[in-house]
Amino acid sequence: MGATALPELASVPWRAPTDARWLRRYARIWHAWTLLYTVPFVAAGVAMIVLAPIAIPVALAVFAHAWIIPELYAFRGASVVRPKGPRNEHAEPVAQGLLGDLLGHDERELQRRTGLALEPGELGTWLVGEGGALLVAPGGRRVHCFCVRVTEPELPPSDRVAHLLLALRTDEEGFATVANHAFAGAPWRVRRRMPVPMRPALDAARAAGRPLTVR
Amino acid sequence: MARLIRMDGTGHTTLAEWTTEDDALFEVAVTQFRDQLDHGYIGTVPEGPGKATHVRELPRDADLVVLRRPIAGG
Repeated sequence: MGATALPELASVPWRAPTDARWLRRYARIWHAWTLLYTVPFVAAGVAMIVLAPIAIPVALAVFAHAWIIPELYAFRGASVVRPKGPRNEHAEPVAQGLLGDLLGHDERELQRRTGLALEPGELGTWLVGEGGALLVAPGGRRVHCFCVRVTEPELPPSDRVAHLLLALRTDEEGFATVANHAFAGAPWRVRRRMPVPMRPALDAARAAGRPLTVR
Repeated sequence: MARLIRMDGTGHTTLAEWTTEDDALFEVAVTQFRDQLDHGYIGTVPEGPGKATHVRELPRDADLVVLRRPIAGG
């Protein structure tokens, strides 16, 4: 009667399963890609200053590019968990009650403060928002940002979170496969672009994902 | 008493309630469940922290069955 695979996988049959190996490979690709579009700008800026000091203003513009482009990517990643869509305030308290029932005490308090539901998984520690999710990889040194949403946008925000949470709990790899991968990078890059009230959730997820130190 | 609820624009709506002993109540719940599946909803049974199961038939012994909409990459 019960099924372990997420039924929505049928809508993306061409996608390879997003498992731990896929995530590690994708994180390496993102890292290499970041270096690829940053290092040449920095090198060009340094070369301009060394070879033609008169070109310092141009070099500064080149350095700005080296800074802005990674920032834009990180902004795109952090944006997956920004509140979006109608607030539906008349129905939100009812939806909040159901979502609260799905969460443990600490996760419920965190969700009410930050808007993000913390969910430990096999792939890492998840933070589920209204229209996306962050996955803090084991060790807490890498964050994957996923854009994923419920197909009925009129739902109150907490119902949208509950939809994603239930789908995640049904099939974690399936959830990551259905979602669109938007960004992977260091947590500090994502954190500084998140809305301030949401940042403690990322801190909590990183703490949950770190291995315990045995003294 | 077990509940069948649907997440919708009102927060959520309780569509049916049943007990394992009452066949009539359970049949009403089954009819509601199948009707919602026909309308594109997905049946999910929350099973405590970190676990949920997708169901295609209404489980008589579940405490709570949640009907949700499909998700998709944004």
